[in-house]
Amino acid sequence: MAEIKLTDLTKSYGSTEVLHHVEGDINDGEFIVIVGPSGCGKSTLLRMVAGLETVTSGEIRIGDRRVNELEPSARDIAMVFQNYALYPHMSVRENMAYGLKIRKLSKAEINKRVEEAAEILEIGQYLDRKPRQLSGGQRQRVAMGRAIVRDPQVFLFDEPLSNLDAKLRVQMRLEIRKLQQRLGVTSIYVTHDQVEAMTLGDRLMVLNGGYVEQFGTPIELYDRPASVFVAGFLGSPAMNFIPAIVEADGVGFARRHKTGRRTGASG
Amino acid sequence: MVEDRPLTSILTHFVLILGVIAIALPIWITFVAATHDELRMNQVPLPLWPGTHLLDNLTQTLFGAGLSGSQGAPVWLMLLNSLAMAMMISFGKIAISLLSAFAIVYFRFPFRMTCFWMIFITLMLPVEVRILPTFEVVANLGMLNSYWGLSIPLIASATATFMFRQVFLTVPDEMLESARIDGAGPMRFFFDILLPLSRTNIAALFVILFIFGWTQSFWPLLITTDTSMTTIVMSIKQMLEAAEQSPQWNIIMTTALLARIPPIFVVISMQKLFVQGLTETDK
Repeated sequence: MAEIKLTDLTKSYGSTEVLHHVEGDINDGEFIVIVGPSGCGKSTLLRMVAGLETVTSGEIRIGDRRVNELEPSARDIAMVFQNYALYPHMSVRENMAYGLKIRKLSKAEINKRVEEAAEILEIGQYLDRKPRQLSGGQRQRVAMGRAIVRDPQVFLFDEPLSNLDAKLRVQMRLEIRKLQQRLGVTSIYVTHDQVEAMTLGDRLMVLNGGYVEQFGTPIELYDRPASVFVAGFLGSPAMNFIPAIVEADGVGFARRHKTGRRTGASG
Repeated sequence: MVEDRPLTSILTHFVLILGVIAIALPIWITFVAATHDELRMNQVPLPLWPGTHLLDNLTQTLFGAGLSGSQGAPVWLMLLNSLAMAMMISFGKIAISLLSAFAIVYFRFPFRMTCFWMIFITLMLPVEVRILPTFEVVANLGMLNSYWGLSIPLIASATATFMFRQVFLTVPDEMLESARIDGAGPMRFFFDILLPLSRTNIAALFVILFIFGWTQSFWPLLITTDTSMTTIVMSIKQMLEAAEQSPQWNIIMTTALLARIPPIFVVISMQKLFVQGLTETDK
């Protein structure tokens, strides 16, 4: 369990800056969803926290440690990938045990943790199968199981549900939320699906073009969007926009003709 | 077949059977020749049915001096030499190619692509093209008449490196990232994840390389002068020339038959993996 602190985080590839001065404090046990359109840098941000991308400038702290220079395995995190990234030649049990084996835990301890995780996720009867013998939903559970057995300080989810069918997605969404609440592990979840974001997160970080547009609870974002982008991105059906002009005596809902003459009501 | 008409199936079977005969007949004749005595093999017409001398021929070929009157090594030793050479070539090539492909795909170092293209360019320089310099290097290193001299010059391989590079490129990046989060170092990742994932490709390559190594005749001919280092494939050629009298077909054919067994064994035992390795795309 740990809080995460992102301070003035920047990421550049060569001379192109893809993330601009990202700030954010994530509390212990909080479920944060990073949401935004494709290419907004949300996955990059997650991968920087995971240690899979280098940090160009700024600082990431997990708990009381600065983790910028740490290897992914030393950051005490677990990640669930979009395509699950299960090792195809290992059984479900071996997949879940692999990280623990490398950390040289005792056989008994590994077995205990795997059994526990399998029970939580109800994949006990699949433990000796290979990933290719499992359905998408089951693979998804194994990927989560692999994260759980590590007993990490932080869970990172990289669009984990986007390969599932609509019905299963809703079901798994609920399960992830329940699981996170039960385990109380600080989590960051990346998605481009705003429904997923609004229903899952304690707080949402809306990213657009590498900038944080707004960081707050779903209701805050919905009721008081900080920018036109946030307002348009969240909510279904989408919010309507009407062009308006701010004037000395208030806001005018007006269309200006080319002549400059105003029509319509002022309010 | 999409259509099922008697005439087309008769025709296709006819063509297939013709093909089988074309391939199997020479092997059959080899086998038949290995079962007759020397006298019978020099009479016309050649026999088409097996005789009774298979065991005699086998013992004489394997443990006798082979051809009567020649100073050649016994065939079991040649088989052993061939086996050692083919094994060293295939294992050496696979090991080196795996490692170099691993370096090229997964590590960022200066002149990475230059290295890759330099390896790739050696495709244009097979042993036959660089005989003199290679021979000199091997001779200077004192590796003439040794297993090392037989195999090392044939080990460096661009094809296998290239193939493993392609295989590694198909392994999703998440696999590496997942392994990194699990705490696996580079060599651990290589042995625990990459090797098992390219298992079928390794098997397929092994079959190809084993046969490549086994059928080498030119390089062994150059590098070995000692009869105890003769390989079986080159000995068949020598047997034909060595005979000042008429060729002893029964012995030569028995040798040819024996020379055929290990490659066939390798192909059959690796068949399943081989086909998987060439066709499987699921990673």
